[in-house]
Amino acid sequence: MSAATIPARTKPAPAGAPRRRKRSNPGGNVLVYAISLVVVAVTLGPVLYGVLGGFRTNAQLAENPAGLPDPWVLSKYAGVLAADSPFWGYFLNSTIIAVVTTAVVVVFGIMAAYPLARYRFRGREALFLVFVIGLLFPATVAIIPLFILITQNYQLGNTWWGVALPQAAFALPMTVVILRPFLQALPAELEEAAQLDGASRIGFFWRILLPLSGPGMVTVGVLAFVGSWNAYLLPLLLLRGDMRTLPLGVADFSSEHSADTAGVFAFTTLAMIPALVFFLAMQKRIVNGLQGAVKG
Amino acid sequence: MWRKRAEIAFFVAPALALLVAFVAVPVATAVQMSLYRWKGFGPMVDFVGLANYVSVLTNDVFTDALVHNLIIVVGSILLQLPLGLAIALLLNRKMWGQGLLRTIIFVPYVLAEVIAGVVWFQLLQPQYGVIDTMLAAVGLQGPDQGFLGTPEYALWTVLVVLTWKYLGLAVILFLAGLQGVPEELYEAAQLDGASWWQVQRRITIPLLGPTMRTWGFLSMIGSLQLFDMVWILTGGGPANATTTMATFLVNEGTKRQNFGIAGAASVVLFVVALVLALAYQRFILSRDSKEDEA
Repeated sequence: MSAATIPARTKPAPAGAPRRRKRSNPGGNVLVYAISLVVVAVTLGPVLYGVLGGFRTNAQLAENPAGLPDPWVLSKYAGVLAADSPFWGYFLNSTIIAVVTTAVVVVFGIMAAYPLARYRFRGREALFLVFVIGLLFPATVAIIPLFILITQNYQLGNTWWGVALPQAAFALPMTVVILRPFLQALPAELEEAAQLDGASRIGFFWRILLPLSGPGMVTVGVLAFVGSWNAYLLPLLLLRGDMRTLPLGVADFSSEHSADTAGVFAFTTLAMIPALVFFLAMQKRIVNGLQGAVKG
Repeated sequence: MWRKRAEIAFFVAPALALLVAFVAVPVATAVQMSLYRWKGFGPMVDFVGLANYVSVLTNDVFTDALVHNLIIVVGSILLQLPLGLAIALLLNRKMWGQGLLRTIIFVPYVLAEVIAGVVWFQLLQPQYGVIDTMLAAVGLQGPDQGFLGTPEYALWTVLVVLTWKYLGLAVILFLAGLQGVPEELYEAAQLDGASWWQVQRRITIPLLGPTMRTWGFLSMIGSLQLFDMVWILTGGGPANATTTMATFLVNEGTKRQNFGIAGAASVVLFVVALVLALAYQRFILSRDSKEDEA
Protein backbone atom coordinates (compact mmCIF):
# COMPACT_ATOMS: atom_id res chain seq x y z
CA MET A 1 0.00 0.00 0.00
CA SER A 2 2.20 2.80 -1.15
CA ALA A 3 -0.44 5.40 -1.87
CA ALA A 4 2.02 7.75 -0.17
CA THR A 5 3.50 7.98 -3.62
CA ILE A 6 0.57 10.09 -4.82
CA PRO A 7 1.88 13.46 -3.68
CA ALA A 8 5.38 12.35 -4.57
CA ARG A 9 4.29 11.10 -7.96
CA THR A 10 2.67 14.25 -9.16
CA LYS A 11 5.91 16.17 -8.78
CA PRO A 12 8.48 14.16 -10.70
CA ALA A 13 6.15 13.91 -13.70
CA PRO A 14 6.92 17.35 -15.20
CA ALA A 15 10.62 16.71 -14.74
CA GLY A 16 10.23 13.36 -16.47
CA ALA A 17 8.56 14.75 -19.56
CA PRO A 18 11.38 16.96 -20.84
CA ARG A 19 13.91 14.27 -19.97
CA ARG A 20 12.17 11.86 -22.27
CA ARG A 21 12.33 14.33 -25.11
CA LYS A 22 16.06 13.77 -25.31
CA ARG A 23 15.69 10.20 -26.45
CA SER A 24 16.44 9.91 -30.13
CA ASN A 25 13.50 8.97 -32.25
CA PRO A 26 13.96 5.74 -34.18
CA GLY A 27 12.59 5.39 -37.70
CA GLY A 28 9.16 4.25 -38.74
CA ASN A 29 7.67 7.68 -38.14
CA VAL A 30 5.17 7.45 -40.97
CA LEU A 31 3.89 4.16 -39.64
CA VAL A 32 3.56 5.61 -36.13
CA TYR A 33 1.50 8.55 -37.41
CA ALA A 34 -0.62 6.26 -39.56
CA ILE A 35 -1.43 4.01 -36.59
CA SER A 36 -2.13 7.07 -34.45
CA LEU A 37 -4.61 8.33 -37.04
CA VAL A 38 -6.43 4.98 -37.03
CA VAL A 39 -6.58 5.05 -33.22
CA VAL A 40 -7.94 8.59 -33.24
CA ALA A 41 -10.51 7.73 -35.92
CA VAL A 42 -11.79 4.68 -34.05
CA THR A 43 -11.82 6.52 -30.71
CA LEU A 44 -13.52 9.70 -31.86
CA GLY A 45 -15.52 8.30 -34.78
CA PRO A 46 -18.60 7.25 -32.82
CA VAL A 47 -18.58 10.48 -30.80
CA LEU A 48 -18.24 12.69 -33.90
CA TYR A 49 -20.89 10.67 -35.72
CA GLY A 50 -23.27 11.46 -32.87
CA VAL A 51 -22.36 15.17 -32.91
CA LEU A 52 -22.85 15.41 -36.69
CA GLY A 53 -25.98 13.22 -36.58
CA GLY A 54 -27.61 15.87 -34.41
CA PHE A 55 -27.17 18.37 -37.27
CA ARG A 56 -29.00 16.12 -39.74
CA THR A 57 -32.63 15.20 -40.25
CA ASN A 58 -34.03 11.72 -39.85
CA ALA A 59 -34.59 11.64 -43.59
CA GLN A 60 -30.92 12.40 -44.22
CA LEU A 61 -29.86 9.73 -41.73
CA ALA A 62 -32.14 7.13 -43.32
CA GLU A 63 -31.11 7.95 -46.87
CA ASN A 64 -27.36 7.90 -46.28
CA PRO A 65 -26.35 6.85 -42.77
CA ALA A 66 -22.66 7.52 -43.43
CA GLY A 67 -23.10 11.00 -44.98
CA LEU A 68 -22.41 14.47 -43.66
CA PRO A 69 -25.15 16.97 -42.75
CA ASP A 70 -26.56 18.44 -45.99
CA PRO A 71 -27.96 20.94 -45.28
CA TRP A 72 -26.96 21.49 -41.65
CA VAL A 73 -30.07 21.50 -39.47
CA LEU A 74 -30.07 23.26 -36.11
CA SER A 75 -33.62 22.42 -35.06
CA LYS A 76 -32.76 19.20 -33.19
CA TYR A 77 -30.18 20.89 -30.98
CA ALA A 78 -32.42 23.91 -30.55
CA GLY A 79 -35.26 21.63 -29.50
CA VAL A 80 -33.17 19.97 -26.79
CA LEU A 81 -31.96 23.34 -25.50
CA ALA A 82 -35.39 25.00 -25.59
CA ALA A 83 -36.54 26.48 -22.32
CA ASP A 84 -39.32 23.91 -21.91
CA SER A 85 -37.05 20.94 -22.70
CA PRO A 86 -36.58 18.37 -19.91
CA PHE A 87 -32.83 18.60 -20.57
CA TRP A 88 -32.38 21.49 -18.14
CA GLY A 89 -34.13 19.66 -15.31
CA TYR A 90 -31.94 16.58 -15.81
CA PHE A 91 -28.89 18.81 -15.95
CA LEU A 92 -29.84 20.53 -12.70
CA ASN A 93 -30.49 17.23 -10.91
CA SER A 94 -27.19 15.76 -12.10
CA THR A 95 -25.31 18.87 -10.99
CA ILE A 96 -26.86 19.07 -7.52
CA ILE A 97 -26.43 15.35 -6.83
CA ALA A 98 -22.80 15.41 -8.01
CA VAL A 99 -22.00 18.52 -5.95
CA VAL A 100 -23.61 17.10 -2.78
CA THR A 101 -21.88 13.73 -3.28
CA THR A 102 -18.52 15.43 -3.77
CA ALA A 103 -18.92 17.75 -0.79
CA VAL A 104 -19.93 14.91 1.55
CA VAL A 105 -17.12 12.64 0.32
CA VAL A 106 -14.43 15.31 0.66
CA VAL A 107 -15.54 16.68 4.05
CA PHE A 108 -16.26 13.33 5.74
CA GLY A 109 -13.26 11.72 4.03
CA ILE A 110 -10.67 14.24 5.18
CA MET A 111 -12.18 14.28 8.68
CA ALA A 112 -11.93 10.49 8.96
CA ALA A 113 -8.47 10.36 7.43
CA TYR A 114 -7.05 12.91 9.89
CA PRO A 115 -7.08 10.87 13.14
CA LEU A 116 -6.30 7.70 11.17
CA ALA A 117 -3.19 9.41 9.82
CA ARG A 118 -1.94 11.58 12.66
CA TYR A 119 -3.33 10.39 16.03
CA ARG A 120 -1.79 7.53 17.98
CA PHE A 121 -4.43 5.39 19.65
CA ARG A 122 -5.27 1.77 20.26
CA GLY A 123 -7.51 0.30 17.57
CA ARG A 124 -6.37 2.74 14.91
CA GLU A 125 -5.41 0.06 12.41
CA ALA A 126 -8.63 -1.84 13.14
CA LEU A 127 -10.60 1.31 12.42
CA PHE A 128 -8.70 1.82 9.18
CA LEU A 129 -9.44 -1.79 8.27
CA VAL A 130 -13.17 -0.97 8.40
CA PHE A 131 -12.64 1.42 5.49
CA VAL A 132 -10.43 -1.05 3.62
CA ILE A 133 -13.14 -3.71 3.96
CA GLY A 134 -15.62 -1.17 2.63
CA LEU A 135 -13.67 -1.25 -0.64
CA LEU A 136 -14.86 -4.82 -1.15
CA PHE A 137 -18.53 -3.89 -1.38
CA PRO A 138 -19.56 -2.23 -4.63
CA ALA A 139 -22.98 -0.59 -4.70
CA THR A 140 -24.14 -3.22 -7.20
CA VAL A 141 -24.08 -5.94 -4.53
CA ALA A 142 -26.35 -4.02 -2.18
CA ILE A 143 -28.47 -2.27 -4.79
CA ILE A 144 -31.83 -3.95 -4.13
CA PRO A 145 -31.76 -3.56 -0.32
CA LEU A 146 -30.48 0.00 -0.80
CA PHE A 147 -33.48 0.72 -2.97
CA ILE A 148 -35.86 -0.71 -0.33
CA LEU A 149 -34.15 0.96 2.65
CA ILE A 150 -33.93 4.36 1.01
CA THR A 151 -37.51 4.42 -0.21
CA GLN A 152 -39.21 2.70 2.76
CA ASN A 153 -37.06 3.17 5.88
CA TYR A 154 -35.13 6.39 5.24
CA GLN A 155 -37.98 8.04 3.28
CA LEU A 156 -35.48 9.44 0.76
CA GLY A 157 -36.86 7.85 -2.40
CA ASN A 158 -36.93 10.16 -5.44
CA THR A 159 -34.83 12.85 -3.71
CA TRP A 160 -31.37 14.32 -4.33
CA TRP A 161 -30.15 13.19 -0.90
CA GLY A 162 -31.38 9.65 -1.47
CA VAL A 163 -28.90 9.28 -4.34
CA ALA A 164 -26.08 11.53 -3.09
CA LEU A 165 -25.68 9.99 0.38
CA PRO A 166 -25.30 6.35 -0.69
CA GLN A 167 -23.02 7.41 -3.54
CA ALA A 168 -20.87 9.26 -1.02
CA ALA A 169 -20.91 6.27 1.33
CA PHE A 170 -19.65 3.93 -1.37
CA ALA A 171 -16.96 6.43 -2.44
CA LEU A 172 -15.71 7.01 1.13
CA PRO A 173 -13.52 3.90 1.54
CA MET A 174 -11.42 4.75 -1.53
CA THR A 175 -11.26 8.39 -0.41
CA VAL A 176 -9.94 7.51 3.05
CA VAL A 177 -7.49 4.98 1.59
CA ILE A 178 -6.11 7.66 -0.76
CA LEU A 179 -6.11 10.54 1.76
CA ARG A 180 -4.58 8.81 4.79
CA PRO A 181 -1.08 8.27 3.34
CA PHE A 182 -1.33 11.76 1.86
CA LEU A 183 -1.81 13.21 5.37
CA GLN A 184 0.81 10.89 6.85
CA ALA A 185 3.35 12.24 4.40
CA LEU A 186 3.13 15.76 5.86
CA PRO A 187 6.22 16.26 8.06
CA ALA A 188 5.87 15.80 11.83
CA GLU A 189 7.80 19.06 12.38
CA LEU A 190 4.76 21.00 11.17
CA GLU A 191 2.65 19.54 13.95
CA GLU A 192 5.36 20.13 16.58
CA ALA A 193 5.79 23.73 15.48
CA ALA A 194 2.03 24.27 15.64
CA GLN A 195 1.93 22.78 19.15
CA LEU A 196 4.77 25.04 20.29
CA ASP A 197 2.75 27.96 19.01
CA GLY A 198 -0.11 26.77 21.19
CA ALA A 199 -2.37 25.28 18.53
CA SER A 200 -4.60 22.39 19.55
CA ARG A 201 -4.92 19.32 17.35
CA ILE A 202 -8.16 20.70 16.00
CA GLY A 203 -6.48 24.04 15.38
CA PHE A 204 -3.71 22.20 13.53
CA PHE A 205 -6.36 20.43 11.42
CA TRP A 206 -8.09 23.68 10.46
CA ARG A 207 -5.20 26.03 9.95
CA ILE A 208 -2.39 23.84 8.65
CA LEU A 209 -3.56 20.41 7.55
CA LEU A 210 -6.61 21.47 5.51
CA PRO A 211 -4.80 24.10 3.41
CA LEU A 212 -1.89 21.71 2.80
CA SER A 213 -4.09 18.81 1.71
CA GLY A 214 -5.77 20.81 -1.08
CA PRO A 215 -4.32 18.72 -3.93
CA GLY A 216 -5.35 15.44 -2.29
CA MET A 217 -8.88 16.71 -1.69
CA VAL A 218 -9.19 17.96 -5.26
CA THR A 219 -8.14 14.54 -6.56
CA VAL A 220 -10.65 12.55 -4.51
CA GLY A 221 -13.28 15.23 -5.15
CA VAL A 222 -12.86 15.00 -8.91
CA LEU A 223 -13.14 11.21 -8.83
CA ALA A 224 -16.30 11.42 -6.71
CA PHE A 225 -17.81 14.05 -9.01
CA VAL A 226 -17.18 12.08 -12.20
CA GLY A 227 -18.46 8.89 -10.58
CA SER A 228 -21.67 10.62 -9.51
CA TRP A 229 -22.15 12.45 -12.82
CA ASN A 230 -21.95 9.21 -14.79
CA ALA A 231 -23.86 7.00 -12.34
CA TYR A 232 -26.83 5.08 -13.71
CA LEU A 233 -27.90 2.08 -11.62
CA LEU A 234 -28.74 3.81 -8.33
CA PRO A 235 -30.56 6.77 -9.95
CA LEU A 236 -32.37 4.29 -12.21
CA LEU A 237 -33.94 2.60 -9.19
CA LEU A 238 -34.52 5.72 -7.08
CA LEU A 239 -35.40 8.65 -9.35
CA ARG A 240 -38.48 9.16 -11.48
CA GLY A 241 -40.13 11.91 -13.48
CA ASP A 242 -38.71 15.38 -12.88
CA MET A 243 -36.05 14.08 -10.51
CA ARG A 244 -34.18 12.11 -13.19
CA THR A 245 -30.48 12.77 -13.90
CA LEU A 246 -28.86 13.20 -17.33
CA PRO A 247 -27.86 9.53 -17.85
CA LEU A 248 -31.45 8.50 -17.06
CA GLY A 249 -32.74 11.27 -19.31
CA VAL A 250 -30.53 10.15 -22.20
CA ALA A 251 -31.53 6.50 -21.83
CA ASP A 252 -35.25 7.31 -21.58
CA PHE A 253 -35.17 9.83 -24.44
CA SER A 254 -33.43 7.23 -26.59
CA SER A 255 -36.10 4.60 -25.95
CA GLU A 256 -39.10 6.96 -26.04
CA HIS A 257 -38.01 8.72 -29.26
CA SER A 258 -36.43 5.70 -30.95
CA ALA A 259 -37.82 6.80 -34.33
CA ASP A 260 -36.19 10.24 -33.99
CA THR A 261 -32.55 9.17 -34.43
CA ALA A 262 -31.32 12.70 -35.10
CA GLY A 263 -33.04 13.93 -31.97
CA VAL A 264 -31.42 11.15 -29.93
CA PHE A 265 -28.00 12.14 -31.30
CA ALA A 266 -28.59 15.81 -30.46
CA PHE A 267 -29.75 15.01 -26.94
CA THR A 268 -26.87 12.59 -26.31
CA THR A 269 -24.27 15.01 -27.67
CA LEU A 270 -25.45 17.82 -25.43
CA ALA A 271 -25.42 15.45 -22.46
CA MET A 272 -21.77 14.60 -23.20
CA ILE A 273 -20.58 18.20 -23.13
CA PRO A 274 -20.51 18.86 -19.37
CA ALA A 275 -18.47 15.72 -18.68
CA LEU A 276 -16.06 16.52 -21.52
CA VAL A 277 -15.55 20.12 -20.42
CA PHE A 278 -15.03 19.03 -16.84
CA PHE A 279 -12.56 16.39 -18.01
CA LEU A 280 -10.56 18.83 -20.12
CA ALA A 281 -10.36 21.25 -17.18
CA MET A 282 -9.44 18.56 -14.67
CA GLN A 283 -7.50 16.17 -16.90
CA LYS A 284 -4.33 16.14 -14.79
CA ARG A 285 -6.26 15.61 -11.56
CA ILE A 286 -8.32 12.75 -12.97
CA VAL A 287 -5.28 10.99 -14.36
CA ASN A 288 -3.34 11.52 -11.12
CA GLY A 289 -6.27 10.24 -9.11
CA LEU A 290 -6.56 7.09 -11.19
CA GLN A 291 -2.82 6.51 -10.93
CA GLY A 292 -3.10 7.02 -7.18
CA ALA A 293 -5.92 4.51 -6.98
CA VAL A 294 -3.82 2.00 -8.89
CA LYS A 295 -0.77 2.63 -6.74
CA GLY A 296 -2.81 2.21 -3.56
CA MET B 1 -7.32 11.44 27.42
CA TRP B 2 -11.09 11.76 27.14
CA ARG B 3 -10.57 14.86 25.06
CA LYS B 4 -8.47 12.99 22.54
CA ARG B 5 -11.09 10.22 22.33
CA ALA B 6 -13.82 12.79 21.83
CA GLU B 7 -11.81 14.38 19.01
CA ILE B 8 -11.29 11.02 17.30
CA ALA B 9 -15.00 10.25 17.60
CA PHE B 10 -15.90 13.70 16.26
CA PHE B 11 -13.71 13.25 13.18
CA VAL B 12 -14.54 9.65 12.35
CA ALA B 13 -18.22 9.45 13.34
CA PRO B 14 -19.79 11.11 10.24
CA ALA B 15 -17.96 8.80 7.82
CA LEU B 16 -18.71 5.72 9.94
CA ALA B 17 -22.39 6.67 10.26
CA LEU B 18 -22.67 6.96 6.47
CA LEU B 19 -20.92 3.61 5.97
CA VAL B 20 -23.24 1.90 8.44
CA ALA B 21 -26.45 3.40 7.06
CA PHE B 22 -25.72 2.99 3.34
CA VAL B 23 -23.20 0.13 3.10
CA ALA B 24 -23.30 -2.15 6.16
CA VAL B 25 -27.07 -2.21 6.71
CA PRO B 26 -27.91 -2.79 3.00
CA VAL B 27 -25.30 -5.54 2.71
CA ALA B 28 -26.63 -7.23 5.85
CA THR B 29 -30.17 -6.83 4.51
CA ALA B 30 -29.13 -8.51 1.26
CA VAL B 31 -27.91 -11.51 3.23
CA GLN B 32 -31.08 -11.54 5.32
CA MET B 33 -33.32 -11.20 2.24
CA SER B 34 -31.59 -14.14 0.62
CA LEU B 35 -32.91 -16.44 3.36
CA TYR B 36 -36.58 -15.47 3.02
CA ARG B 37 -39.30 -15.57 0.44
CA TRP B 38 -40.25 -11.90 0.43
CA LYS B 39 -42.08 -9.58 -1.96
CA GLY B 40 -40.79 -6.32 -0.52
CA PHE B 41 -43.45 -5.23 1.96
CA GLY B 42 -44.26 -6.27 5.53
CA PRO B 43 -41.80 -8.12 7.74
CA MET B 44 -39.71 -11.00 6.42
CA VAL B 45 -41.41 -14.06 7.94
CA ASP B 46 -41.34 -16.78 5.29
CA PHE B 47 -37.93 -18.26 6.14
CA VAL B 48 -36.79 -20.65 3.40
CA GLY B 49 -33.19 -21.37 4.43
CA LEU B 50 -30.93 -21.83 1.45
CA ALA B 51 -33.75 -22.48 -1.02
CA ASN B 52 -33.13 -19.16 -2.80
CA TYR B 53 -29.48 -20.07 -3.31
CA VAL B 54 -30.44 -23.47 -4.73
CA SER B 55 -32.90 -21.79 -7.02
CA VAL B 56 -30.36 -19.18 -8.19
CA LEU B 57 -27.54 -21.65 -8.73
CA THR B 58 -29.74 -24.10 -10.64
CA ASN B 59 -31.26 -21.34 -12.77
CA ASP B 60 -29.77 -21.51 -16.26
CA VAL B 61 -30.27 -17.78 -16.73
CA PHE B 62 -28.09 -17.05 -13.71
CA THR B 63 -25.38 -19.61 -14.45
CA ASP B 64 -25.27 -18.31 -18.03
CA ALA B 65 -25.01 -14.79 -16.62
CA LEU B 66 -22.04 -15.86 -14.51
CA VAL B 67 -20.41 -17.35 -17.62
CA HIS B 68 -21.08 -14.10 -19.52
CA ASN B 69 -19.38 -12.14 -16.74
CA LEU B 70 -16.37 -14.45 -16.89
CA ILE B 71 -16.21 -14.14 -20.69
CA ILE B 72 -16.20 -10.35 -20.31
CA VAL B 73 -13.50 -10.54 -17.59
CA VAL B 74 -11.18 -12.67 -19.74
CA GLY B 75 -12.12 -11.05 -23.06
CA SER B 76 -11.56 -7.52 -21.76
CA ILE B 77 -8.09 -8.36 -20.52
CA LEU B 78 -7.13 -10.33 -23.65
CA LEU B 79 -8.26 -7.47 -25.92
CA GLN B 80 -7.25 -4.43 -23.91
CA LEU B 81 -3.88 -5.59 -22.61
CA PRO B 82 -2.12 -6.00 -26.00
CA LEU B 83 -3.96 -3.07 -27.60
CA GLY B 84 -3.37 -0.79 -24.62
CA LEU B 85 0.27 -1.77 -24.38
CA ALA B 86 0.84 -1.24 -28.10
CA ILE B 87 -0.78 2.19 -28.06
CA ALA B 88 1.05 3.21 -24.88
CA LEU B 89 4.43 2.22 -26.33
CA LEU B 90 3.53 4.06 -29.50
CA LEU B 91 2.53 7.22 -27.65
CA ASN B 92 5.56 7.11 -25.38
CA ARG B 93 7.79 8.32 -28.23
CA LYS B 94 8.54 11.86 -29.07
CA MET B 95 6.03 12.82 -31.70
CA TRP B 96 3.95 15.71 -32.94
CA GLY B 97 0.56 16.05 -31.25
CA GLN B 98 1.38 13.64 -28.45
CA GLY B 99 -0.50 15.54 -25.75
CA LEU B 100 -3.59 15.89 -27.93
CA LEU B 101 -3.46 12.19 -28.76
CA ARG B 102 -3.35 11.27 -25.08
CA THR B 103 -6.37 13.46 -24.40
CA ILE B 104 -8.34 12.02 -27.31
CA ILE B 105 -7.72 8.43 -26.36
CA PHE B 106 -9.08 9.08 -22.89
CA VAL B 107 -12.35 10.65 -24.08
CA PRO B 108 -14.46 7.45 -24.22
CA TYR B 109 -13.47 6.60 -20.66
CA VAL B 110 -14.80 9.91 -19.35
CA LEU B 111 -18.20 9.56 -21.01
CA ALA B 112 -20.93 7.90 -18.99
CA GLU B 113 -21.41 4.25 -19.92
CA VAL B 114 -25.04 5.10 -20.65
CA ILE B 115 -24.15 7.85 -23.12
CA ALA B 116 -21.57 5.70 -24.90
CA GLY B 117 -24.13 2.90 -24.95
CA VAL B 118 -26.88 5.03 -26.50
CA VAL B 119 -24.54 6.22 -29.28
CA TRP B 120 -23.34 2.69 -30.05
CA PHE B 121 -26.90 1.39 -29.96
CA GLN B 122 -27.69 3.76 -32.83
CA LEU B 123 -24.49 2.91 -34.74
CA LEU B 124 -25.31 -0.80 -34.45
CA GLN B 125 -28.92 -0.58 -35.67
CA PRO B 126 -29.59 -3.26 -38.30
CA GLN B 127 -29.63 -2.03 -41.92
CA TYR B 128 -29.85 1.72 -41.39
CA GLY B 129 -27.13 1.92 -38.71
CA VAL B 130 -23.80 3.30 -39.91
CA ILE B 131 -21.86 0.12 -39.13
CA ASP B 132 -24.09 -2.02 -41.35
CA THR B 133 -23.83 0.68 -44.02
CA MET B 134 -20.05 0.60 -43.88
CA LEU B 135 -20.05 -3.18 -44.04
CA ALA B 136 -22.36 -3.02 -47.05
CA ALA B 137 -19.93 -0.60 -48.75
CA VAL B 138 -17.24 -3.30 -48.67
CA GLY B 139 -19.66 -6.01 -49.77
CA LEU B 140 -20.43 -7.53 -46.38
CA GLN B 141 -23.82 -7.87 -44.79
CA GLY B 142 -24.58 -7.59 -41.09
CA PRO B 143 -26.94 -10.10 -39.48
CA ASP B 144 -30.65 -9.50 -40.22
CA GLN B 145 -31.51 -8.76 -36.60
CA GLY B 146 -28.41 -6.60 -36.14
CA PHE B 147 -25.33 -7.45 -34.10
CA LEU B 148 -27.12 -6.74 -30.84
CA GLY B 149 -30.26 -8.64 -31.85
CA THR B 150 -28.57 -11.89 -32.78
CA PRO B 151 -27.82 -14.18 -29.81
CA GLU B 152 -24.57 -15.52 -31.31
CA TYR B 153 -23.09 -12.04 -31.79
CA ALA B 154 -24.63 -9.95 -29.00
CA LEU B 155 -22.18 -10.69 -26.17
CA TRP B 156 -19.16 -10.24 -28.43
CA THR B 157 -20.57 -6.95 -29.67
CA VAL B 158 -20.96 -5.77 -26.07
CA LEU B 159 -17.35 -6.80 -25.47
CA VAL B 160 -16.16 -4.74 -28.45
CA VAL B 161 -18.06 -1.66 -27.26
CA LEU B 162 -16.64 -2.10 -23.75
CA THR B 163 -13.15 -2.33 -25.24
CA TRP B 164 -13.74 0.96 -27.07
CA LYS B 165 -14.97 2.53 -23.84
CA TYR B 166 -12.23 1.33 -21.48
CA LEU B 167 -9.10 1.06 -23.65
CA GLY B 168 -8.21 4.66 -22.79
CA LEU B 169 -7.89 3.81 -19.10
CA ALA B 170 -5.37 1.05 -19.85
CA VAL B 171 -3.40 3.37 -22.13
CA ILE B 172 -3.28 6.22 -19.59
CA LEU B 173 -2.23 3.94 -16.74
CA PHE B 174 0.43 2.22 -18.86
CA LEU B 175 1.77 5.59 -19.99
CA ALA B 176 1.99 6.67 -16.35
CA GLY B 177 3.87 3.47 -15.56
CA LEU B 178 6.25 4.11 -18.44
CA GLN B 179 7.19 7.47 -16.93
CA GLY B 180 8.50 5.58 -13.92
CA VAL B 181 11.06 3.69 -16.00
CA PRO B 182 14.47 5.29 -15.29
CA GLU B 183 15.95 7.05 -18.29
CA GLU B 184 19.39 5.58 -17.52
CA LEU B 185 18.14 2.12 -18.45
CA TYR B 186 17.25 3.29 -21.96
CA GLU B 187 20.55 5.07 -22.39
CA ALA B 188 22.52 2.04 -21.21
CA ALA B 189 20.56 -0.23 -23.57
CA GLN B 190 21.13 2.13 -26.48
CA LEU B 191 24.86 2.26 -25.77
CA ASP B 192 24.84 -1.53 -25.92
CA GLY B 193 23.26 -1.29 -29.36
CA ALA B 194 19.83 -2.63 -28.47
CA SER B 195 17.10 -2.04 -31.05
CA TRP B 196 13.86 -0.21 -30.18
CA TRP B 197 11.95 -3.46 -30.02
CA GLN B 198 14.60 -5.12 -27.83
CA VAL B 199 14.43 -2.22 -25.41
CA GLN B 200 10.64 -2.52 -25.19
CA ARG B 201 10.67 -6.28 -24.77
CA ARG B 202 13.55 -6.58 -22.32
CA ILE B 203 13.20 -3.39 -20.28
CA THR B 204 9.95 -1.51 -20.69
CA ILE B 205 7.39 -4.30 -20.64
CA PRO B 206 8.91 -6.15 -17.64
CA LEU B 207 9.13 -2.90 -15.66
CA LEU B 208 5.50 -2.20 -16.52
CA GLY B 209 4.50 -5.49 -14.85
CA PRO B 210 3.12 -4.03 -11.61
CA THR B 211 1.02 -1.45 -13.50
CA MET B 212 -0.37 -4.09 -15.85
CA ARG B 213 -1.22 -6.43 -12.98
CA THR B 214 -3.02 -3.70 -11.02
CA TRP B 215 -4.89 -2.56 -14.12
CA GLY B 216 -5.95 -6.18 -14.69
CA PHE B 217 -7.37 -6.28 -11.19
CA LEU B 218 -9.44 -3.11 -11.72
CA SER B 219 -10.63 -4.39 -15.08
CA MET B 220 -11.70 -7.72 -13.56
CA ILE B 221 -13.66 -6.12 -10.73
CA GLY B 222 -15.39 -3.78 -13.20
CA SER B 223 -16.32 -6.63 -15.54
CA LEU B 224 -17.88 -8.64 -12.71
CA GLN B 225 -20.21 -5.73 -11.87
CA LEU B 226 -21.11 -4.95 -15.47
CA PHE B 227 -24.60 -3.47 -15.68
CA ASP B 228 -25.02 -0.08 -17.39
CA MET B 229 -23.71 -0.95 -20.85
CA VAL B 230 -25.66 -4.21 -21.09
CA TRP B 231 -28.84 -2.59 -19.81
CA ILE B 232 -28.64 0.08 -22.52
CA LEU B 233 -27.43 -2.03 -25.44
CA THR B 234 -29.49 -5.20 -25.04
CA GLY B 235 -31.29 -5.19 -21.70
CA GLY B 236 -29.76 -8.64 -21.20
CA GLY B 237 -31.27 -10.08 -24.38
CA PRO B 238 -31.76 -11.38 -26.96
CA ALA B 239 -32.95 -14.57 -25.25
CA ASN B 240 -30.73 -13.79 -22.21
CA ALA B 241 -27.63 -13.97 -24.42
CA THR B 242 -26.03 -11.00 -22.65
CA THR B 243 -27.49 -11.22 -19.14
CA THR B 244 -24.94 -10.49 -16.42
CA MET B 245 -25.19 -11.23 -12.71
CA ALA B 246 -26.03 -7.57 -12.07
CA THR B 247 -28.77 -7.34 -14.72
CA PHE B 248 -30.18 -10.64 -13.40
CA LEU B 249 -30.48 -9.41 -9.84
CA VAL B 250 -31.89 -6.01 -10.83
CA ASN B 251 -34.48 -7.76 -13.00
CA GLU B 252 -35.49 -10.14 -10.23
CA GLY B 253 -35.59 -7.35 -7.67
CA THR B 254 -37.38 -4.59 -9.54
CA LYS B 255 -39.45 -6.24 -12.26
CA ARG B 256 -40.47 -9.47 -10.56
CA GLN B 257 -40.30 -8.43 -6.90
CA ASN B 258 -38.40 -11.67 -6.13
CA PHE B 259 -36.35 -10.05 -3.40
CA GLY B 260 -35.18 -13.35 -1.92
CA ILE B 261 -33.79 -14.44 -5.29
CA ALA B 262 -32.22 -11.00 -5.84
CA GLY B 263 -30.62 -11.19 -2.39
CA ALA B 264 -29.18 -14.64 -3.05
CA ALA B 265 -27.85 -13.48 -6.45
CA SER B 266 -26.23 -10.45 -4.72
CA VAL B 267 -24.47 -12.69 -2.23
CA VAL B 268 -23.29 -15.05 -4.99
CA LEU B 269 -22.00 -12.06 -7.00
CA PHE B 270 -20.13 -10.82 -3.94
CA VAL B 271 -18.63 -14.23 -3.19
CA VAL B 272 -17.55 -14.76 -6.81
CA ALA B 273 -15.91 -11.31 -6.86
CA LEU B 274 -14.24 -11.92 -3.50
CA VAL B 275 -12.88 -15.34 -4.48
CA LEU B 276 -11.55 -14.05 -7.79
CA ALA B 277 -10.06 -10.98 -6.07
CA LEU B 278 -8.31 -13.12 -3.46
CA ALA B 279 -7.07 -15.54 -6.12
CA TYR B 280 -5.77 -12.63 -8.19
CA GLN B 281 -4.10 -11.19 -5.10
CA ARG B 282 -2.59 -14.56 -4.20
CA PHE B 283 -1.33 -15.63 -7.61
CA ILE B 284 -0.77 -12.44 -9.59
CA LEU B 285 -0.49 -9.37 -7.39
CA SER B 286 1.65 -11.14 -4.80
CA ARG B 287 4.64 -10.65 -7.10
CA ASP B 288 4.41 -6.93 -6.40
CA SER B 289 3.76 -7.07 -2.67
CA LYS B 290 7.42 -6.78 -1.71
CA GLU B 291 7.86 -3.56 -3.68
CA ASP B 292 4.52 -2.23 -2.49
CA GLU B 293 5.26 -2.65 1.18
CA ALA B 294 8.53 -0.76 0.92
